[in-house]
Amino acid sequence: MKNKILLISLILFICFCLVVLFKGLNNSNVYIPDTTNKIVKEFKSRSLFSDNEISSEKILVNSDYYILNIWASWCGPCRKEHPKLMELSKNSSVKLIGINYRDNFKNAKNFIKKFGNPYSFIFVDTNGIISIELGAYGVPETIIVNKDKKIIKKFVGSLDDKSLKEINSILK
Amino acid sequence: MLANQIGYYSLILGLISSIIIIPISLKNYHQNNETIDRKIFSLSFFQFFFVLISFIGLVFSFINSDFGNETVYNNSHTTKPLFYKISGTWGNHEGSLLLWLLVLTFFIFLFLVKSKSQPKKYRILTLLFQQIIIIGFFIFVLKTSNPFNYLFPVPKEGLGLNPILQDPALAIHPPILYLGFVGSSIIFSSSLAAVVQQYISKSWAHHIKIWILISWFFLTIGILLGSIWAYYELGWGGFWFWDPVENVSLMPWLSLTALLHCILVLEKKTILTSWTIILSIATFILSVSGTFLVRSGILNSVHTFANDPERGLFILFFLFFLIFLSLLIFFMFHKNGNYEAVKINFLSKETSILINNWFMMYFLSVVLIGTLYPIFLEVLTNEKISVGPPFYHKLILPFLVPFLIFMTVVPYLKWIKSEFIKVRIEIILLFTLSFIVSFLLFKQFGFESLVVSILIPFTFYLFLITIKDLLSKNKKNFSQKISHFGFSFLVLSILLNSIFSSEIIINLKEGERFNFEGGAIIFNSLEENNGKNYKSIIGNFEISNDKNQSIKLMPELRIYNQPSIVTSEADIKTTLFYDKFLVMNSVKNNEYFNVRYQVKSFMIWIWISTLILAVGGLFSLTKRLYEK
Repeated sequence: MKNKILLISLILFICFCLVVLFKGLNNSNVYIPDTTNKIVKEFKSRSLFSDNEISSEKILVNSDYYILNIWASWCGPCRKEHPKLMELSKNSSVKLIGINYRDNFKNAKNFIKKFGNPYSFIFVDTNGIISIELGAYGVPETIIVNKDKKIIKKFVGSLDDKSLKEINSILK
Repeated sequence: MLANQIGYYSLILGLISSIIIIPISLKNYHQNNETIDRKIFSLSFFQFFFVLISFIGLVFSFINSDFGNETVYNNSHTTKPLFYKISGTWGNHEGSLLLWLLVLTFFIFLFLVKSKSQPKKYRILTLLFQQIIIIGFFIFVLKTSNPFNYLFPVPKEGLGLNPILQDPALAIHPPILYLGFVGSSIIFSSSLAAVVQQYISKSWAHHIKIWILISWFFLTIGILLGSIWAYYELGWGGFWFWDPVENVSLMPWLSLTALLHCILVLEKKTILTSWTIILSIATFILSVSGTFLVRSGILNSVHTFANDPERGLFILFFLFFLIFLSLLIFFMFHKNGNYEAVKINFLSKETSILINNWFMMYFLSVVLIGTLYPIFLEVLTNEKISVGPPFYHKLILPFLVPFLIFMTVVPYLKWIKSEFIKVRIEIILLFTLSFIVSFLLFKQFGFESLVVSILIPFTFYLFLITIKDLLSKNKKNFSQKISHFGFSFLVLSILLNSIFSSEIIINLKEGERFNFEGGAIIFNSLEENNGKNYKSIIGNFEISNDKNQSIKLMPELRIYNQPSIVTSEADIKTTLFYDKFLVMNSVKNNEYFNVRYQVKSFMIWIWISTLILAVGGLFSLTKRLYEK
C-alpha cells in the first residue's frame, strides 16, 4: 500500500516535470533583440542580379507593407520556408524584399533559379552588416515593416502556416 | 562525397543490425542453455563496426573539407589546422551524437565479451535494455540530427569552427566525458537486468564495479579538462562558474561517486540494494537529462543558435520513457524481502557509507535545483532569473564542514561493527597542528566569512589525516587512500585559492603604467602577428613588485577570419604557489585596452589534486583487471 502511494506520487511528480519541461521547450530562452517600433535605417548594397549599388530608400516605396526576408542558400530552414514566401508573393498589397546573408553569389542564384523568386528585389549582404543593423538574430528571419518604415513584427526562424496566418491578418 | 555516402549508409546498416539483435536475443533468452548465441556477438560487433565506419566517414569529410556535407560546412574551414579539422568532427551537435552512438555500441560489445562468467539471462537482458537506448539514439541521429545532410549547390568555403573551441583541451574533452556518460548506460542496463533476474548480489557488484570505476574515472577527467579549458580559454579567471552546462556534468558525477561507495558495501554484504539500483538508474538518467538540457536549447548557452525544437522534443520523450521504464521495473521486480535481512550497526562502515550517500544526495539536489529552478520558474510564472555562485556557496559550504569531519573518522571504522575509536596521540597532535596553522593564517589575513574560518581547520585536519594514511605501511585500500587524499587536497586548494586570490581591473593605453599596492603593471608595447587562420595583437606587459623583480606577460587578442570572431587569450605564468593571469580586451579602436590582472593562488594544485582523485580510481581499476 505504502509502495503504491509512493509510486503514484512519483509518477504524478514526473508527469509534472515532463509538462513543465515540455512547455519550457516551447518558450525559447534565447535573447532576441526587441526591434518592434524601430525605424529601418537607410542602407545601401548591390542587387543579387546586377552590379550597381542601390539605396534601400529607393526600394522601400510604393507599398503599404514591406516584408524583409533574410535568407541564404546554405541555410536549411530557408529552403523549408521558401514555398511560404512564394505564396506570400502572390499578395499584391505587400512588397517582398530579400536580404541575401553571407552567401556565395553563384549558389544564391542557383537557389532562386531552382526554387523560384518570390522577391521583388534582393539585396546582397556579403558581410552580414545589414542584417545586424536590422537587429537580426539568425537566418532565416522575416521582418514586417509598414509604410513609415517602422518594424511592426518579426519572425525568427522559418515561416510556417501559423506565422503566415499572422502575416496575412496584419496585411488585411 | 564518397565518404559522406558511405557514412550515411553505414549508419543505416548499423541501425538494421541493432534491430535484428532484438528478436535473436529474445529467442536465445528462452532457450535452456547456458551460452549466448554466436550470432548475437557478431551482430553486436557489426553494429559497432558500422557506426565506426560511419564515424570515420565523417572524419574524412572533415579532413577533405567536403562542404557538400552540411555539418562540415557549418563547422569547418579550409584554413583550419588539420588537428582542429579532425576535432571539429565532434565539436558540433551532429558529430557529437554520432560519437555517443559509437561509444554506446563499443561498450555493449565490450560488455558482452567481458562478462562471460555471468549468468546468461542477465547478460541478454542487459543487452536488450542497452539496445533500447542504442536504437533510441540511432533514430535520434538519423531523424533529427543527421550528420550526413547533403547541400546542393556545394558551397566553396565553410563557416568555420567557433575559435573558442579550437583548443587542445577541448578537442579531447567531449570524447572523454562521453566515455564517462556512456559507461553509465551500461551500469543502467545492467542494474535493470539484475533487478529483473533478482541478481543484485555480491558477485554482480563485483562484476559491475569495473564499469563504475571506468565511468567514474573518465567522468572525473572529462570534467577536469572542461574546467581547465574554461580557465585558459574563456578568460574568466576561475575554474568553476556554476554554469548550467558545467552543472550538468557534475550531477552524474555526484551520483556516480555515491554509487561507487555503495557498490563497495554490496560487494561485501547484500545490503543497500535499493540505493545501488536507484543510484545506477539516476546516474544515467542524469547523463541523458544533461544531454537534453544542453542540446535542446532550453538553457541559455552559446550554441542555441538555429535550434531545431524537434531535437529537444525527441530527447525529452526518450528521457521520460527511460524514467518510466526504470520506475516500472524497479517497482515490479525489486522486493527488499528477497534479500537477507542484515542489521546495520550504528558504528560501522556501512552506516558511514549511508551517511556519505545522504551528503552526496544533498549536494546533488542543490545543484539540480539551482540548474532547473530557472526553467520551472519561467514556465510557471514567466519570470526570468539566473542562479549564480552565491546560491551554491551558501547552500554547500555549511554542509561541507560536517562532511569533512565525517570523512576524517570514517576510514578508521570497520565493516559490520567497530569499537569506539581509540583516540591516539598522533591524531590529537594533527588536530592541534591544523588548528594552530589555521589560527596563524587567520591572524595574518583575517577571513571574511565565518563558514570559511570554520572550514579551514577541518580541511587542514582532513588533509593531514589523509597524508598520514597515504604514508602508513598498511597498503590495504591504497586506491581509496589516494582518492581521499586527492579530494582533501582539492578542497584545501579551492579554499586557499578563494581566500588568497586578488584581482585588478583597469583600462590602459600603450606605454602607460599603473601602480598598485606592492607593485605595478606596465604596458610596454603592442605587436601584430599572423597565425594560420587568424591575426593577432599581442600586448607586452610587465608586472613588477616592490623588490624590483619583474615578469613579462603577453596576452593576445586573436581575430579569426572564419567565422570572424575575436577571442582573447590570457597569458598565464604558473608557479607552484600561484598563477599570474593577465587578459586584455580592446575597448576603443585598439587604443585603450581593458586589462584584468589576477593572482590566483594554488591554481595548479586544483588540477593536480583532481588528477590524484581520478588516479585513485584508475589504480583500483588496474588492480581489478590484474586480479582477473
